Amino acid sequence: MSAGQALPVLGVRNGTKRFGPVLALDDISIEVRRGEVLALLGDNGAGKSTLIKCISGVHQFDSGQVDIDGVPSHIRSPMDARVAGIETVYQDLALFDNLTPAQNFYAGREIARPAWLPLGMRFLSSGQMDIAAKDVLARLKVTLPKLDATVALMSGGQRQAVAVARASVFAHKVVILDEPTAALGLRESRQVLDLISRLRDEGNAVILITHNMEHVTELASRAVVLRQGRKVGELVPDKANQKELVAMIVGA
Amino acid sequence: MVSTKPIYAPPLASGSKVPNEREGRAYWLTIGLRLLGVGPILILLLLVISLSIASPVFFTTRNVANILSQTAVIAVVAMGQHLVILTRGIDLSVGSNLALASVVGAIAFRFSDSAVLVILAMLLSGAAVGAVNGLVYVFGRLPHPFIITLATLSIAKGLALELAQGRAMPGMPGFIKTLGGDSILGVPYSLFVVLGVTVLMLIMARTMVWGRWIYAVGGKPEAAVRMGIPLRAVLISTYVISGLCAGIGAVLLAGRTDAGSPLFGNLLELDTIAAVIIGGASFLGGRGHIGHALVGAVMIGVIRNALNLLNVDIFFQLIVIGVVIVLAVESDVLRGYLEGRVRTVQAARLQ
Repeated sequence: MSAGQALPVLGVRNGTKRFGPVLALDDISIEVRRGEVLALLGDNGAGKSTLIKCISGVHQFDSGQVDIDGVPSHIRSPMDARVAGIETVYQDLALFDNLTPAQNFYAGREIARPAWLPLGMRFLSSGQMDIAAKDVLARLKVTLPKLDATVALMSGGQRQAVAVARASVFAHKVVILDEPTAALGLRESRQVLDLISRLRDEGNAVILITHNMEHVTELASRAVVLRQGRKVGELVPDKANQKELVAMIVGA
Repeated sequence: MVSTKPIYAPPLASGSKVPNEREGRAYWLTIGLRLLGVGPILILLLLVISLSIASPVFFTTRNVANILSQTAVIAVVAMGQHLVILTRGIDLSVGSNLALASVVGAIAFRFSDSAVLVILAMLLSGAAVGAVNGLVYVFGRLPHPFIITLATLSIAKGLALELAQGRAMPGMPGFIKTLGGDSILGVPYSLFVVLGVTVLMLIMARTMVWGRWIYAVGGKPEAAVRMGIPLRAVLISTYVISGLCAGIGAVLLAGRTDAGSPLFGNLLELDTIAAVIIGGASFLGGRGHIGHALVGAVMIGVIRNALNLLNVDIFFQLIVIGVVIVLAVESDVLRGYLEGRVRTVQAARLQ
């Protein structure tokens, strides 16, 4: 963790992405370091989602470079991104309602034996996964009513917490959060924000997409503003420059 | 998912009474959900007890063995159907698939006396139809497996009729006849086949990674793809296993009747889907224990047998089974509603 203090853990250099005639991302460069929260701001259609999809392997940049720990890397699929230590929490959470939190954590990456069998044929080490999940939830101070209940029985905030905690199990470099508080009430938003700050304090680099300026000034070390696929500004957000930030977003 | 109407909205101004009320409500909701969970087994037990009282013949060794051997085919095929329904799919072809497999078995018997070869022929035939279902569904990018399995229902039936010239083909190796029709100490051998399949299914569904993936795919297919679960392979495998189960069903039925016939398995798709739903699995995918299919199959067997014992008209039996299906699906809907309520209460507790 100490080694990466100065070096950005993730850097995008001159990223460009086209969808047919539409220039979705135009020469975007961003950097994010361990232990910081980078807020990604912009109006709808500004390119935020495209940018994080390019970072998390859903899309690929047409031109430009993604560096991980300063080393140029090729992320061609979501699996590549996850192997590289980049976890994404999408807006729809991608949770399995019919599974418990522990089962959700490890879905697709189950701990199973014996190792000589192909993954699908192995036998689940359920106890081990339950204990590991419990530890992670305790570490992140996420309280759930019952660990063996399915996610279907949980409130919006609890589900969000489970999704974020799942990302933290596997992320060892970057966690990307796409509007994690959009659907939550005040108190549940509070809990998710606390969770994000804990992720940051554990040495992850966090990229946060949000429309809530309060959350930006509270959590973000830096804010990058996108408009119509271009990066129009980058600043350290505080109470004083909130208006400036909003002006950048809407282009006024 | 959650109803927006606050039907049970707590009175805001009633002070300290609110948390207690909320606890109570959560308690009752949980009890309701638990009851729904064990409902099918409970109903089956009640059914057996009340029938034992109503009819002196019902709980005799012979009648119970009778029910079990009649249920065996439905039970085995229903377990395969269950895997498909777990992934939000449906397999309408199981009945014709079974008929075709039995005919293929009968033809194989003309070339070889080996029971092993005949059984293999039936299993392969079943799995092959299942593979066609799965492959066309996945690689044909169909929106739902309904159409392809409806098509293979017709194709397999036609093939079976063509191969058998429209008639039953008598003759099965002795071992298969024993397996399908005989019993030891009053316990039909087919019951052991059912139990064997159940154990294998349980191991796969409950303890293996592949089983977890089947549930995950049923829970949320889009998420499964994002989490790196091989969605296509999982889907195809469930149809192949369902077809294989139809093949096993063909072995049992051909053994019991000492023949292969293109007319076997009529309405078996209805029976197996009914067994899965009555047993308490969710039609919406992702929920249900393999035991549900078993309980449902036995329940159908018991209901049929009881109606026979009570001299109820055979046509009426179809009506009864239909009504039971509706009740089972409604209880699934009720479960979804109750879960929504639990979620709301959880959120309210936090605020």
